[in-house]
Amino acid sequence: MYKQLNHKAWFLVLPVVALVAFNAIIPLMTVVNFSVQETFGDNVFFWAGVLWFEQVLQSDRFHDALLRQILFTTIILLIEVPLGLIVALAMPRKGAWVSVCLVAMALPLLIPWNVVGAMWNIFALPEIGLMGKGLRSLGFDFNYTRQPLTAWFTVVLMDVWHWTSLVVLLCYAGLVSIPNDYYQAAKIDGASAWSVFRYIQLPKLKRVLTIAILLRFMDSFMIYTEVVVLTGGGPGNSTTFLSIDLVKMALGQFDLGPAAAMSLIYFLIILLLSWLFYTVMTRNEAK
Amino acid sequence: MTLELRQVTKSVGGSVHIHETSLMLEEGTFNVLLGTTLAGKTTLMQLMAGLDKPSSGELWFRGQNVTGIAVQKRNVSMVYQQFINYPHLTVYENIASPLRVIGVDDAKIKERVGKVAELLRLAPMLQRKPAELSGGQQQRTAIARALVKDSEIILLDEPLANLDYKLREELRDELPRLFADRHCIVVYATTEPMEALLFGGSTATLHEGRVTQFGPTAQIYRQPADLLSAQVFSDPPINTAPVTKANGRIRLDDGTDWPTPPAMAGAPDGPYTLAIRAHHITPIPQNGGSITVDGRVLVAELSGSESVLHFDRGGRTWISQSHGVHPYEVGETARLYVDVERSFLFGTDGRLVGGRV
Amino acid sequence: MAKITLDRLRHSYMPDPQRPEDWALKEMTQELEDGGAYALLGPSGCGKTTLLNLISGLLRPTQGRILFDESDATEMSPEQRNIAQVFQFPVIYDTMTVYDNLAFPLRNRGVAPAEVDRRVKEVAAMLDLGHMLKKRAAGLTADGKQKISLGRGLVRSDVNVIMFDEPLTVIDPHLKWVLRSKLKELHHRIRRTMIYVTHDQTEALTFADQVVVMNNGEVVQVGTPVDLFERPAHTFVGHFIGSPGMNVLPCTLDGGRVGFMGQPVETASPVQAAPGNGRLELGVRPEFIRFEGTGIPVEIVKAADVGRFRIVETRHGEHRIKLLVSEGQPMPSGPAHLRFDPKHTHVYRDGWLVN
Repeated sequence: MYKQLNHKAWFLVLPVVALVAFNAIIPLMTVVNFSVQETFGDNVFFWAGVLWFEQVLQSDRFHDALLRQILFTTIILLIEVPLGLIVALAMPRKGAWVSVCLVAMALPLLIPWNVVGAMWNIFALPEIGLMGKGLRSLGFDFNYTRQPLTAWFTVVLMDVWHWTSLVVLLCYAGLVSIPNDYYQAAKIDGASAWSVFRYIQLPKLKRVLTIAILLRFMDSFMIYTEVVVLTGGGPGNSTTFLSIDLVKMALGQFDLGPAAAMSLIYFLIILLLSWLFYTVMTRNEAK
Repeated sequence: MTLELRQVTKSVGGSVHIHETSLMLEEGTFNVLLGTTLAGKTTLMQLMAGLDKPSSGELWFRGQNVTGIAVQKRNVSMVYQQFINYPHLTVYENIASPLRVIGVDDAKIKERVGKVAELLRLAPMLQRKPAELSGGQQQRTAIARALVKDSEIILLDEPLANLDYKLREELRDELPRLFADRHCIVVYATTEPMEALLFGGSTATLHEGRVTQFGPTAQIYRQPADLLSAQVFSDPPINTAPVTKANGRIRLDDGTDWPTPPAMAGAPDGPYTLAIRAHHITPIPQNGGSITVDGRVLVAELSGSESVLHFDRGGRTWISQSHGVHPYEVGETARLYVDVERSFLFGTDGRLVGGRV
Repeated sequence: MAKITLDRLRHSYMPDPQRPEDWALKEMTQELEDGGAYALLGPSGCGKTTLLNLISGLLRPTQGRILFDESDATEMSPEQRNIAQVFQFPVIYDTMTVYDNLAFPLRNRGVAPAEVDRRVKEVAAMLDLGHMLKKRAAGLTADGKQKISLGRGLVRSDVNVIMFDEPLTVIDPHLKWVLRSKLKELHHRIRRTMIYVTHDQTEALTFADQVVVMNNGEVVQVGTPVDLFERPAHTFVGHFIGSPGMNVLPCTLDGGRVGFMGQPVETASPVQAAPGNGRLELGVRPEFIRFEGTGIPVEIVKAADVGRFRIVETRHGEHRIKLLVSEGQPMPSGPAHLRFDPKHTHVYRDGWLVN
């Protein structure tokens, strides 16, 4: 309603524009610069064209990392979104327990990522960790530092522990904003608990769920710190996801050209998939 | 001091919100914008306030072109349908806020707030917060804020719509008095014809982004220039029917006819639209010039003081509104008296041909 | 379908109510006849919504019983009471079509598909929704959505009472007429008990056969619109109903003769000089006052022409008296006198009608 006629307002936005330019656009340009040239240090560059892109896209190493990444994100979404929704539905809507539950839910989100990694590292250690030892004493052959499968299990469990809360909090906020009239009307209409969920809660949570899925997709697709601290990408390369592979290539091997090309490809994949997710999930609303 | 809209239009995207409009509002007048929801009342007010810029045309105020000058630089106040106050400030501070912005000193603020609070009967509750007030008092606070700074233009956008019935009645009574000796231009938007009539002053009838007529309120009510203006200015909706005029008589589609009333005599023979307000159709005759129509009763609403009858006549729903209690059974045939002397005749182009009310 | 009996019903939101003002609803006993159209009318905070929630079962009363026919429903849940409710803001199932919305209450109760189809189509036709059954309900306008929520109550054959909680709040003013008359027409057709809660006298009076007027948690009067208009039991009813409301003026009582500022006034029935004190007042509606050659001398303060009539405000000393003058009727110029219609002039003691 208050449309600003004053074009001077744009000047107020300038600092933000400058900041974004400084910390996003300039580094991105540097990356583009590296991705099309070859360098051996000393600021000597040779034009390489799309060589690095071809190399990355054709390498098995990249394919494997990408596959692992997609598998991980899919598993994470399939667990965290339904679980978060169920927990949110089970939480009390009023009374003293509300704040207790909310604080408990928020706790994992407040812990720094490297600490989460370190915590789970110790927790799952097969010899001394509570979980590792516990599972072994129950007869499971659990050793995440040696077996790819248990390493995956631990990484997924850690992520679920760390991030399901985010989905819970988003869903909870969506649930409490549904007017009580809807529940009363449903009661009067004789709706079952399932019908209430299917026809009232789920439709009203659609926007919130869209945001939750999008956030969890982007975050899990870029997961780095926790996994590096927990498994270092191992055993072997079994938990080396895209970002870990990227860092190994750029810093470990100092292959700046391919690493830059891979960053750009990585960036484009996330952009494309996020856009795809978003359009598919909001398509019905537009109709 | 005048506010003038010169050939103002407003389009957003491809759709026209305000068609070309020219209006001249004088100092010390009370102007009502009357129209249904989405008729363009709010848009027109925002253009007047400078909250929005016209797509074409100009706004002149005090002989100066003020098109595109931001609202902050104009001396304008606005009151909305929602009760908009600062929730964390007391009523006193709420009313004082516009004066604080322009840097009036404390003694002066105290005097002016006191005066306005007295006028709006808010004096006993100046130290309360808006949340502790009734809806009526909250809206009074918002109105007081608009009055305190001696604005040259005061815009009220359906300010009473969210109030309880009785509170609305009370404030309706008070509003004209509040503005009586101010040298400002008041613009008041409403959907209710009754409000326009109570306030008097001038009225502009709006329909789908077009001002259909502008002039003294009573004159527009009694001499609507066209059918649209008559429809906007009638509650219950005005009754209409196609008629033909020939040989000094006017004939309804069912064959009922009557001698052309003198006020319509000048119109040439041909097809017309007859329009009669609901209170000129009654169960008992009002005067000698009435004709009778029969209709099937759809709904009978009795409110104790008046009876409103919805009935079907020749495929159109007509409404009769009368004093007293006139019970009818749904489905029965009712005989009603139409005071054709007080009807309007509109041409096929919608323009008023004749009629007096 | 059922008769609803409210038996010494009382409600407070406080755990231990002591003072009279602790009660959101003061003790009331009332019978609501099967098939009647009732309105609960009063200003905000008068207790009408509390009463509605007690009847629907969303609240348990602090004291008293609610009977549906002869069975005690006090402890029953809303679904056990078989009620339907239309809320202030339309409640619809966004993802469903209009058809599925209307079919929802029947399908939940396991009604056979053929019967569901028949009832949905019947109700849709009644509500003029027939042509949009396949549309998504979310795309409808506010009045369309309100019709759907009403329709979900109408499709069920087992509904005891349909409740309306200020259902026209979000409806455009020019559509209120249409929906209000539709409601009235529906009531005539199906003759179900309906209870309509509102603060708007026009809505209450035009919808209901019996209006329950409430103020400060108390039922002030129950009656037909005509009763409320012609014989208000309390000055509050006189003031609240009617626009403008009833004139309330101080009066004296001397041996059965009523006087206003030294002028004798004729009233509806002879008032006995009943023992007892209390503030005495005279109530007369603006509709029942005329200008005449003799009577109470007044000065005309202002006249507002609202088309059908003029609302004239006059003054006698410090007392303001409003009256209505019909369109076309002359107004006196200069000194004027008022005459109150004796049949419609009442005496009130401490606010309550005497006799």
